[in-house]
Amino acid sequence: MDPKDLNVIVATDCGSTTTKAILIERKPEGYRQTFRGEAPTTVEAPYEDVTRGVLNAMAELEELSSRRILDGERIITPARGSEGVDIYVSTSSAGGGLQMMVAGVVKSMSAESAQRAALGAGAIVMDVIASNDQRAPHEKIERIRTLRPDIILLAGGTEGGTVRHVVELAEFLAAASPRPRLGASFRLPVVYAGNADARTHVRELLAGKVELHVTENLRPVLEQENLGPARDEIHELFLKHVMAQAPGYPKLMSWVGAPIMPTPVAVGNIIQRVARGRNLNIIGVDIGGATTDVFSDFTLPAAPGTVEAAVPERVFHRTVSANLGMSYSISNVLAEAGIENILRWVPFDIDEGDLRDRIKNKMIRPTTIPQALDDLKIEQAIAREALRLALAQHKQLAVGLRGLQRRRTIAETFDDGTSGQTIIRMPELDLLIGSGGVLSHAPRRCQAMMMLIDAFGPEGVTRLAVDSIFMMPHLGVLAEVNEAAAMEVFEHDCLINLGTCISPLGRVKAGARCFEYRLTAGGATRKGSLAGGQIVLEPLDEGQTAEAIVTPARDIDVGAGRGRTLEATVHGGAVGVVFDGRGRPLEIPQHNRTETVARWAQALGAYPA
Amino acid sequence: MAHAYTPGLRITQRAVVRKERRLPIAGTVLVERGAKVRAETVVAHAELPGDVAAVNVANQFGIAPEEVPPYMLKKQGDAVAKDEAIAETRPLIKWLRSTARSPIAGTIETVSAITGQVMIRTAPKPVDVRAYVDGTVLEVWPGDGVVIETVGALVQGILGVGGEVSGDLAVVGGGPDADIGPGDLAKDLAGRIVVAGALLTSNVFRRAAEIGIAALVGGGIHDTDLRALMGYDLGVAVTGHEAMRPILIVTEGFGRIPMARRTWDLLSSHAGRRASASGATQIRAGVLRPEILVPLADSAGAAASPPEDAREAGLRVGSPVRIIREPLFGRLGTVVSLPTGLEVVESEAKVRVAEVRFADGQTARVPRANVEVIET
Repeated sequence: MDPKDLNVIVATDCGSTTTKAILIERKPEGYRQTFRGEAPTTVEAPYEDVTRGVLNAMAELEELSSRRILDGERIITPARGSEGVDIYVSTSSAGGGLQMMVAGVVKSMSAESAQRAALGAGAIVMDVIASNDQRAPHEKIERIRTLRPDIILLAGGTEGGTVRHVVELAEFLAAASPRPRLGASFRLPVVYAGNADARTHVRELLAGKVELHVTENLRPVLEQENLGPARDEIHELFLKHVMAQAPGYPKLMSWVGAPIMPTPVAVGNIIQRVARGRNLNIIGVDIGGATTDVFSDFTLPAAPGTVEAAVPERVFHRTVSANLGMSYSISNVLAEAGIENILRWVPFDIDEGDLRDRIKNKMIRPTTIPQALDDLKIEQAIAREALRLALAQHKQLAVGLRGLQRRRTIAETFDDGTSGQTIIRMPELDLLIGSGGVLSHAPRRCQAMMMLIDAFGPEGVTRLAVDSIFMMPHLGVLAEVNEAAAMEVFEHDCLINLGTCISPLGRVKAGARCFEYRLTAGGATRKGSLAGGQIVLEPLDEGQTAEAIVTPARDIDVGAGRGRTLEATVHGGAVGVVFDGRGRPLEIPQHNRTETVARWAQALGAYPA
Repeated sequence: MAHAYTPGLRITQRAVVRKERRLPIAGTVLVERGAKVRAETVVAHAELPGDVAAVNVANQFGIAPEEVPPYMLKKQGDAVAKDEAIAETRPLIKWLRSTARSPIAGTIETVSAITGQVMIRTAPKPVDVRAYVDGTVLEVWPGDGVVIETVGALVQGILGVGGEVSGDLAVVGGGPDADIGPGDLAKDLAGRIVVAGALLTSNVFRRAAEIGIAALVGGGIHDTDLRALMGYDLGVAVTGHEAMRPILIVTEGFGRIPMARRTWDLLSSHAGRRASASGATQIRAGVLRPEILVPLADSAGAAASPPEDAREAGLRVGSPVRIIREPLFGRLGTVVSLPTGLEVVESEAKVRVAEVRFADGQTARVPRANVEVIET
């Protein structure tokens, strides 16, 4: 069927715990998401067949929509009247998603590039092995042997450069004889994307021990990354080998009308299309139970001394913080952030031991939800820290390449532990999209807005939104078949605009004059002034825009320069326009912490009185 | 969604329990189908490849990798002792001689002329897989493992730490809601699986370790105590490999929580019997619960609840449940109704609820996600 003729589409996302199905139908006004069903994912015992969960989720869709989709265990295609669908598409992160180990010669160069390639292919990177990672050879071998990833990516050495270090890594791999996570009888796929001169040696070393796939060098020269071929190879292997070993996937693959996509690849796909289609700098975050994914699509700044291009170059990054999440990994957030950092967001006094017990109880009963208001406030405090840490990790990996500005020797790069400059420039961020239960299902939308602002600290003028029911994965895979349908649903049903945040860049002095604002919408003007440490909400409905004039104090910059007035068109949403005078990074006074945090929450009406 | 995400905890007098006992790598199965086994019977055996050590001879001697082979005193396949010379330079002046030695006892596996690296591997490590429970071999997977079936009383906990043990079951303390102190643990409890009441503390654990108790089972533990015992913060609920003795099994959760009366009564009724216990926990998809299993040799043929894979998990009117989230955390009751519409709870979340009646006759409406079915 011609993609343009699709009228009824069913899409699923097979997650670790839940399989979510959505129905998309073509209406006179365009494509719309109409119904949603879900069921537990059935990859694990006792079912061990992913299609059971898919059929259950579709059965719920049938009940809700009164449309017959299934004929027994067969999806009815094409659609006829109130029966069947024209296409079925799916994403998957079930069974823990794609888990990879990457290895490269220099930690901050080829190993970092390999990490970016794996992340871009939708993987969770379990470990990064590098020649200079300070671990002894036997520790590296032991680590490779015990990890049991789905795929290993091996890189290192520029073209024409030394082969010795990358062959040494191949020797570690050979000595470890790594085994795959799934399928005891097949050999672990290893993608070699390093110096071409070392291919013969790598082949000799790994022959008979792993299934070797050789592709182009992902870092052919210091100044250039070539991640595409390695990423494509990983994607291919994911479909052909990893998925083929997962319970029920061969059957699922025979049902879909487009190749199954790893969930994060699909989310990245839709974010990239929106960023590039609307020419926006976007950050998307998906905070799940076990992991937090951060996606960004930013324009690259013009190199010093060069003329800015008419169409600026853009770069997309995805990172996954495998240990940061709101249920299975909630205790890891505590371990990584520290109890003090979590406590600072809790707007009431609580005993540290009690807080620890509550967090651990969520870890062991991950599907519970906050019934008591205090429990909700605690979860939202933890979410702020998980989001903050995930963004910090993203900024570390979303960097310009080493050697881009100046050439360095290998010795220099071995010595230097820092990365290039981050591409994530918060004042240039146009749109911040939040996804995941704690954000999408927050009882009040202003709670989601507050969490995103507190955790990410947007600077200047930034729009914020949440994914209504986590349908970005579905739309990401649908976009491969029918981009127009995916984008229409994205615009109308996926995003819930929260509003706009206006905040100074950098620190402000508590209590000192910060800025005055005038907000004009529909002929009416609202005015206000903020001192450092204050936050104010001005309601502005979804679909409305307003003209904002912000006049900062002499030493304050709200995006137009120090002391310079900013004029901007701002967008409303479910919350409105937040004028945030708290400065960046956000500092919470120690002497009256709970009162301050409670006052900020009250300013946005975040919690019931 | 029609069903619960994960089944609740099983507390059952008589259940058919099947245990997969698999080797980590291919090996030999030592028992036949139908054989009767004891918990400590070795049912399968394998040899794990030894550890590997690497010596970069080229770096040590300051020579090019391709120059390494002529300097080697040992060749591929040769056995070497710890600190034995494996390569040596031959300078004209003897005292300038450099020697590369093996850091471990093992066999030379490879000598690389590309990297100058020599790999030495230790002898294979034997791995024995035991039956873990008294029972019968139901299935044999040649080279891989077996399934052991037994009939017995089964209690699943919510979180455990440590591996598998077996021993006689003992009950101490004044009941499911009483706390015990170190003084309650007598020396004759050595080697036993000890059931205490509400709170397990680090002091109780230390005393239990001193005596040589095999497992300690209680209602709850404070996270601060668990952290002190483990030496680190448990980041995700995936356990089982810790070298902890006694192993710990918590039946309710973190904090001071009385053990469910039903759990206490069931375990008490089997005091003195031989039992197996495992602390291994995995709270992820493919959930794994810590457990205490009391094989009942006299139950053959008696009506037993079916094995896990034959049961349908779900919340129904009449289901016995445990509340697993504040503000009623730890209370036990019975589902009296399952309203279909969404209801707003204190946190303002709109959720589907269950109406639960407690032993004192009071009822409460609780988010369905916050109740756990007690499975029998």
